[in-house]
Amino acid sequence: MTRTGLLAASAVLALLGGCGGAKTDANGFTIDPDFEKNLQQKLLDAKPGDVVTIPAGKYKLTRSLSLTADGVTVKGAGMDKTILSFARQTSGAEGMLVTGDDFTLQDLALEDTKGDALKVNGVKNTVIRRVRAEWTGGGKTSNGAYGLYPVQVTNVLIEGSVVKGASDAGIYVGQSTNIIVRNNRAEGNVAGIEIENSTGADVYGNTATGNTGGILVFNMPNLPVPGSKTRVFKNKVTANNHANFGAAGSAVSSVPPGSGVIVNSNDEVEIFDNDIADNQTANVIISSYYSTGFDTKKGVAAAYDPFPQNIYVTGNRFTGGGTDPGTKYAPLKALAGGALPAVLWDGFVDPKVPNAGICVQNGDAKLLNADGPHKFAGAKIDTSVGCAPPTRLPEIKLPDGMTKEK
Amino acid sequence: MTSRLIGLLAAILFVAGCLHQRASVTFIADGNPEKLSDWGLFTVANGRIAPHAGMVTYELNSPLFSDYAQKWRTVWMPKGVAATYDPAKSFDFPVGTIVTKTFYYTTPADAASPQTSKAVVKMTPASYQNGVAGLDLKHVRLIETRLLVRRAEGWVAFPYVWNTEGTDATLERTGADVPLTFVDGAARTDFTYSVPNQNQCAGCHVQDFRDRKVMPIGLKARHLNRAFPGEGGEINQLQRLVAMGYLKGAPGSGVPQNANWEDAKVDPAARARAYLDINCSHCHNATGAARTSGLWLDAATMDPRLLGTCKPPVAAGRGTGNRPFDIVPGHPETSIIAYRMASTDPGEMMPELGRSLTHKEGVALITQYILTLEGACEREDGPQ
Repeated sequence: MTRTGLLAASAVLALLGGCGGAKTDANGFTIDPDFEKNLQQKLLDAKPGDVVTIPAGKYKLTRSLSLTADGVTVKGAGMDKTILSFARQTSGAEGMLVTGDDFTLQDLALEDTKGDALKVNGVKNTVIRRVRAEWTGGGKTSNGAYGLYPVQVTNVLIEGSVVKGASDAGIYVGQSTNIIVRNNRAEGNVAGIEIENSTGADVYGNTATGNTGGILVFNMPNLPVPGSKTRVFKNKVTANNHANFGAAGSAVSSVPPGSGVIVNSNDEVEIFDNDIADNQTANVIISSYYSTGFDTKKGVAAAYDPFPQNIYVTGNRFTGGGTDPGTKYAPLKALAGGALPAVLWDGFVDPKVPNAGICVQNGDAKLLNADGPHKFAGAKIDTSVGCAPPTRLPEIKLPDGMTKEK
Repeated sequence: MTSRLIGLLAAILFVAGCLHQRASVTFIADGNPEKLSDWGLFTVANGRIAPHAGMVTYELNSPLFSDYAQKWRTVWMPKGVAATYDPAKSFDFPVGTIVTKTFYYTTPADAASPQTSKAVVKMTPASYQNGVAGLDLKHVRLIETRLLVRRAEGWVAFPYVWNTEGTDATLERTGADVPLTFVDGAARTDFTYSVPNQNQCAGCHVQDFRDRKVMPIGLKARHLNRAFPGEGGEINQLQRLVAMGYLKGAPGSGVPQNANWEDAKVDPAARARAYLDINCSHCHNATGAARTSGLWLDAATMDPRLLGTCKPPVAAGRGTGNRPFDIVPGHPETSIIAYRMASTDPGEMMPELGRSLTHKEGVALITQYILTLEGACEREDGPQ
């Protein structure tokens, strides 16, 4: 194992007008082209087993960082000590782009990236530990889309991280397999945590609050892999009532403010042992792609299954919520004593699979079937959903090396 | 084997300023050569940059847009080896191949020192140089020369940035930012020309995420299949490569050909597809970096949905520009593709790398293409 720190500078390019030397801006950030160059150089030269350490400090960078090597750990001195700000970014679609296997990022912050803070694409064994991805000006449509974004990754661990202000999803695990997202805090994003077209995810011990939607389990059309088998448990999903500041057209722009946990078009999802409270549209929403408003006759692959199936809601502690569901669902409040019940289902069922397997065994928690297919005409509290799946989903296990601290 | 002599300038070992220049192209099998001159590719002297023997200048039917930079492309191979033709993918090049691409701008006529001129002007037909015999540097600012070198372990990318004297270029593995002002008639736009770092080279040149191999993008049959001047006259470039012994296995007919995106005589759809192919498809294909988007823009894709018609975005975030679908037939103003091509915000724009300016003519072509598409994105309300 080699450890490489960031040492001082190489000669500054004459092209840069000789504007070398570090400066400090009004917010205490260091602006130092040499620091940035050296950091990228370390990432270019990194070999499997290397740990690239970034010392404590607040640094403003201008370009995306990129890493392609396998087996590299990038490590700061803490998510509030090593801060990389991309507020001055002039190029690159993310703060950091990684296409190497066995990558670990830990103990630093990525702030104010123009696009995604961290994207990891098409690899195996990604660990993101105690990383903060934040847009510091609060929720704005102009913020980058995703905070922590592994896509098409086999084996993902995201833990102890903080995501704030993403204009799409704070933590977004897309098209991946074998995933643990645990003990993170997602606050003030459009979607706090989103598992999308992924297979086998355990999402637990997280706090999602102040987002538009807290925890989302989605399936989008036109992708090679449909998702299923996600467990959402032991999370605190509270007061996700933020106005939706996602760009129109983006998948999350259809999320109603005040959504706790949403399952959209996904199958085999278990939601249990969570504390879900005060989400003003509904604490749990189960819906099909038809309720997003994005479905077109030409634009969706024939293989796509838009219907949520085999969704199990059990043993959660629900309080409050459903009190202010917005104009679309507000008329349904009267059916349930003045507030939407714990679980709202849009009621779309695959004609070929009449039993959708929507099961709620959760004490007094009720399910409202909104009868979406008939524009809510037959909406009703459905008491016939006290079913349970024949078998429960297994615990996700990751390779040992991923869960050990380096 | 035909002679590979282009019959250019006599080799010069020493020019003014005692700058040593290698007289002939030298393949370097390992390491990171610090200077472009280490490769012995060019002679820079008397206001000209000229290629050395064996370097074949080529052009593409439709090139990638890079902030209106002009590009001079060459390929060189050691004696006695050749590339193998492929109808769709990059040709299979032998170890020792060196591909160069020099990015340069025309400078204002009154610029005292073109190589340090911040102002660069839009190329006109009058300022166009084809590069076959090199470039007259009187009104040229050389920015960077990128090398793709085929070594035993695979292709390696090297970005070299030209010095302020315009005599040589230095390897900048971490890239560089060059502040420039683009002059288009009366309009002047400050922008940062961004030289990619070595990983960013791979970001475009790795076209299959499974093998993560860096490969050339332009050196494919459909891009090269056109006439261009050089050894043997103004002949088809593939024929030239075959005649020079640089290419084997090329068929006599049935070679695919992309349209010239600027040729007004050609159907806008064919021009647009050629434009999208060279600008987007190294990522937007079934195995590229943007395979995760479900939008595939390579020449072989024919399914309208995969090409974006009525397709909702997957992970565009604010790159949607508040628009619903990648392409809405007949409606460029509500199509995401047109929005992202026009944007210069790093968090929204497409391509993600390699430009800071909007390619107005490219946006106009894609706009025209979307206008020609028919049909509507009818909403699907689901089963009743």
